[in-house]
Amino acid sequence: MFSGDIAKRAVIDSFVKLDPRVQIRNPVMFVVELGALITSVNWIAAVFGARLLGSHDPAWYTVTIAAWLWLTVIFANLAEAFAEGRGRAQANSLRSMRQQTVATMEDGSTRQADELRRGDRVVVVAGELIPGDGTVIQGIASVDESAITGESAPVIRESGGDRSAVTGGTRVLSDRIVVEITQEPGQSFLDRMISLVEGAARRKTPNEVALGILLAGLSLVFVVVVATLRPFGLFAGTNISDTTLISLLVALIPTTIGALLSAIGIAGMDRLVRRNVLALSGRAVEASGDVDVLLLDKTGTITIGNRLASEFLPMPGVSEAELAEVAQLASLADETPEGRSIVVLAKQYGIRGRDLGELHAEFVPFTAQTRMSGVDIDGTRLRKGAGDAVIAMITAEGGRPPAELRALIDRIAGAGGTPLAVARDNQVLGVIHLKDTVKEGMRQRFDQLRAMGIRTIMITGDNRLTAQKIAEEAGVDDFLAEATPEKKLELIREQQAAGRMVAMTGDGTNDAPALAQADVGVAMNTGTQAAREAGNMVDLDSNPTKLIEIVEVGKQLLITRGALTTFSIANDVAKYFAILPAIFVSTYATTRGGDGPLHVLNVMNLGSAHSAVISAIVFNALVIPLLIPVSLRGVPYRPIGAGALLRRNLLIFGLGGLMAPFVGIKLIDLLVHNLLGA
Amino acid sequence: MTVAGWVTIFAFVTVLTALALPLSRHLAAVYGNGTTFLDPVMRHPERLIYRLMRVDPASGQSWRAYARSLIAFSLAGWLLLYLILRTQGLWDFTGLNPMHFASAPWNVTFNTVSSFVTNTNWQYYGGETTMSYLSQMAGLTVQNFASAAVGIAVAVALIRGIAKHVSDAHATDAASIGNFYQDLVRTILYVLLPIAFVVAVALIWQGSIQNFSHYLSFSGLAHVAQRIAMGPVASQESIKLLGTNGGGFFNANSAHPFENPTALTNFIEMLTVLLIPAALVIAYGRMVGNRRQGYALYGAMMVMFLGAVAVCYIAEAHGSPAQHAAGLHTAAVNGSAGGNMQGKEQRFGIAGSALFDVVTTVTSCGAVNSALESFTGIGGAVPFANLSASEVIFGGVGTGLYSILLYVLLAVFIGGLMVGRTPEYIGKKIEAREIKLVALGILVTPLAALFSTALATASSAGRASINTAIASGPQAFSETLYAYLSQANNNGSAFAGYTGYSGLVGNAAGSHGFTFTDLLGGFTMLIARFVPILFALAVAGALVSKRVSPAGLGTMRTDNGTFVVLLIAIIVLVGALTFFPALLLGPIVQGLTGHLY
Repeated sequence: MFSGDIAKRAVIDSFVKLDPRVQIRNPVMFVVELGALITSVNWIAAVFGARLLGSHDPAWYTVTIAAWLWLTVIFANLAEAFAEGRGRAQANSLRSMRQQTVATMEDGSTRQADELRRGDRVVVVAGELIPGDGTVIQGIASVDESAITGESAPVIRESGGDRSAVTGGTRVLSDRIVVEITQEPGQSFLDRMISLVEGAARRKTPNEVALGILLAGLSLVFVVVVATLRPFGLFAGTNISDTTLISLLVALIPTTIGALLSAIGIAGMDRLVRRNVLALSGRAVEASGDVDVLLLDKTGTITIGNRLASEFLPMPGVSEAELAEVAQLASLADETPEGRSIVVLAKQYGIRGRDLGELHAEFVPFTAQTRMSGVDIDGTRLRKGAGDAVIAMITAEGGRPPAELRALIDRIAGAGGTPLAVARDNQVLGVIHLKDTVKEGMRQRFDQLRAMGIRTIMITGDNRLTAQKIAEEAGVDDFLAEATPEKKLELIREQQAAGRMVAMTGDGTNDAPALAQADVGVAMNTGTQAAREAGNMVDLDSNPTKLIEIVEVGKQLLITRGALTTFSIANDVAKYFAILPAIFVSTYATTRGGDGPLHVLNVMNLGSAHSAVISAIVFNALVIPLLIPVSLRGVPYRPIGAGALLRRNLLIFGLGGLMAPFVGIKLIDLLVHNLLGA
Repeated sequence: MTVAGWVTIFAFVTVLTALALPLSRHLAAVYGNGTTFLDPVMRHPERLIYRLMRVDPASGQSWRAYARSLIAFSLAGWLLLYLILRTQGLWDFTGLNPMHFASAPWNVTFNTVSSFVTNTNWQYYGGETTMSYLSQMAGLTVQNFASAAVGIAVAVALIRGIAKHVSDAHATDAASIGNFYQDLVRTILYVLLPIAFVVAVALIWQGSIQNFSHYLSFSGLAHVAQRIAMGPVASQESIKLLGTNGGGFFNANSAHPFENPTALTNFIEMLTVLLIPAALVIAYGRMVGNRRQGYALYGAMMVMFLGAVAVCYIAEAHGSPAQHAAGLHTAAVNGSAGGNMQGKEQRFGIAGSALFDVVTTVTSCGAVNSALESFTGIGGAVPFANLSASEVIFGGVGTGLYSILLYVLLAVFIGGLMVGRTPEYIGKKIEAREIKLVALGILVTPLAALFSTALATASSAGRASINTAIASGPQAFSETLYAYLSQANNNGSAFAGYTGYSGLVGNAAGSHGFTFTDLLGGFTMLIARFVPILFALAVAGALVSKRVSPAGLGTMRTDNGTFVVLLIAIIVLVGALTFFPALLLGPIVQGLTGHLY
């Protein structure tokens, strides 16, 4: 988890961060630092013989407490530095590819890449780095985007259409393209990515702000509780030293969560980047945990996107094998996924691939006018095509399509499939059933989402009937058929008006308005620049089901904060039972110097008053580094429903937080008191 | 412990719930502008009052306007009451000051006025030795009604903030949380007056007095001249309980036979105290459109209430370590219930006293029918614990509900994070602004109590209020702590011995107040009453126009057992973490030692 370099840098940073100007941003830790400072001053004063108010402690006690208070702050800094360090390591690898490139402008002049402005047009040829984010406006090229996606296979980028966006720092492998720059200097994709993973651009998310306020409020309570304890103690004839009061305060304020809060946020962002998702704001990551409704495009997301042949349905008097053979011959030259799937299906009938050249076949390609394709072999015309197109052709040639054909075509269309009629000259042999295939494992993913409390709505341009079939097969909760960009936008607004948080993925320019309207809009990296700018996250893998992982990261972020807050507050009970009996051990004692009535509260049977306070402070400090891995990894999210999740986390972090310090403080006391003699 | 004792306790809970259910329907109708069975009687006076006050009840107020009206009304009430009490001697001609009492000094009056306007009813004065009938009726009783209605109005406003579904955030009344004057008037006419009237009649039937006569003088069996105080007791007693005010007509409060004549009135009085707080919680469920939400809060409160009653009853029935050490008879035998009877009335017994005092310290009533300072260490720690929980176990009328709702929002926030969603309560998101207001609203009362206690114990001016002849060490600390806990929580009950007024019996000539103690207490009450009210109203204002999200599988439910446990844990933890060190030096020390202080 931690490499040596990160660790070394983190240790140095944790000292640099002791600067009070850094600490003041975190009120809880600022109080600890202030306490450490006062205790240190008290110790120095004691060494030089000065007697401060209430200071009747041995110097070794004061200096031990002071040291552990400083360590508490340093541990907190360490947590943050580790989280930042892991981000920085990623940023460095990103930065290394942001080399100074010289851009060739469209007019032939050259300019430094970092001087490019929005609207500039640059020419990039094979072997060159693309100087900035932009849109291809002319040409087509294969581009190596491994620098940002980690995926080594080159991708095609071309002008027009949905694959026009290019990212600065990626390399053109072939051909020549003209790119219109869409960024201002210093605000490129890469720049934003670097500042995000480094935590430099990190702004506190709404829930983090709210939690921060709560923690500050709790700290305020304990400041008053501890401050009033001095007069209360004096009233009972017990003078409590500064060192002990400060120790009590630090033990009570929520240092555990206060120390880890920013590390949790940074690590959450980091986890997303590791999944190749780039969130443009922390707010969006948090919002993804709240998503109620997920809109998914059918094509390419829920279904494979290409309609594949699933069965051959021959007309009466025609055998399946005969239909399969003709269908295969008609498709041999067809390089579309549909055509290839027909050849694959035909193989199941023992029909091998044949060489068209040997057959003296002539390929008839698909045109929008004929809406069919096929081959001519020795004058025999083999055709496959849309049902009504084939019927029209045969009727025009004086043939008579079988009566069953129309019914069969309607039945397939009704079931959500695409019927392709196969004809030999003017005889219809049968129909190929092309089916839109639902990707494997989608149903389980939707079940998982449902268990998270998220409804999925499938968006498709298909008609209602087709849409309904696929929706049932895939197991989505609802669907929007015959969708247009306007309808999509309307659906999002409708859901939001009902108070739901909407997430969607998209890649095309026509998705941009909907991506912008959605609470969480994940743009595919393969998409257009418009889509990438409209969304608030970009998935570098362009995997639409990535949203499930994004939601998990968002939820984990909140759960981790909530769990550690609960743990932190629950810890206080044990700390009271450690420190208060130590303070009031001889209060109202009947014999001078003897134990007073409150010593029975020393339920942990801690060795001595000094050892009790030290043990509580040591426990309080050590818990922070012990919980750094939890805060970086996140508390796991399980889709078991909110009730069960709450009970589970309450048991682990609430009850656990109540018990753990009793054990921990006792163990430390055994060491401190019995071994070290405190 | 006796079977009869436990039967009393469980009968009480059963009757309370049985009465709260129908009353909750009435309350929901009163505040939802529905029709009630009182409409024929009250509609005309209601309209008349609106006309006199020049108020348009139909026009809603934003939280700021609502708060302004509330503060203005309370300030006017404060000034009027101060005027009445300070001019007491001028009103002898009315015949309502038969004993010709002069006014109490300014500092005591400041404390008393602040006390009644804040629904605290902390009393540094003795009613029958200080107050004229006019002051009791036109001054204190009026505030008993008014301050109770203010508390209920705030609760109703907060409920509206939570319950309201605003479809258009720009609509003119989108930010409205109701109309303060309408809530005030309807509370008094449709809720407080009718019930208070019925209870007063029941008290008179059982022996409470209601007259304007001169005090009775007679010679007792020992041939010592005695005086029996008279007055319009029943009418003030009923609202004192119903409005969770608690300020007794007499110094002995509900232990006095004219205030609380029989075991039956004791039962009725306890019911009267909890009636509205209990019904309001159930009405809350009705008003937010999900009764389970109300029942969940009712359940949480009831669990904590029964816990407090059980601890207090068992401790009192068992007696204190000191009593056992002294060989005092504390076991139940024929003809005696046993236990710690010190400071308790025979006609109420241990169960009737323990139950009564838990009832009045979980609510902000503070009436007492026995001497809290004579309770055992653990039994006496129960009122402390109840006050430490910031009066959210049923609590004062209205106050209890809006206070526990702040804790609910806190629990929702922490719990909501743990299920991985931005926390939401009944569909509304709890964000930074709400958490800020909630945290401040919850903090003010306990911090005011601690801060004032520290000032009072650390200064010689504060320590002057401790009667060192009867209290020292932890007992003195307990009395001081309790005084400020009670005033900060607007409760009004006391661990006697701590005083802000040295009055003389008779015409109060030569009486003087302890300025430091009177002012500290007065300001503690005012701050701890009105600052949380402002925060609660601000929360209502922040929530009212929020979008409502439908609940899904991923939403944390707030109407089931898990949430009730979480809520109780947070209330107990916040109270315990805030007050444990202070309680350690008072009741806990005393509970752990046989030494008497």
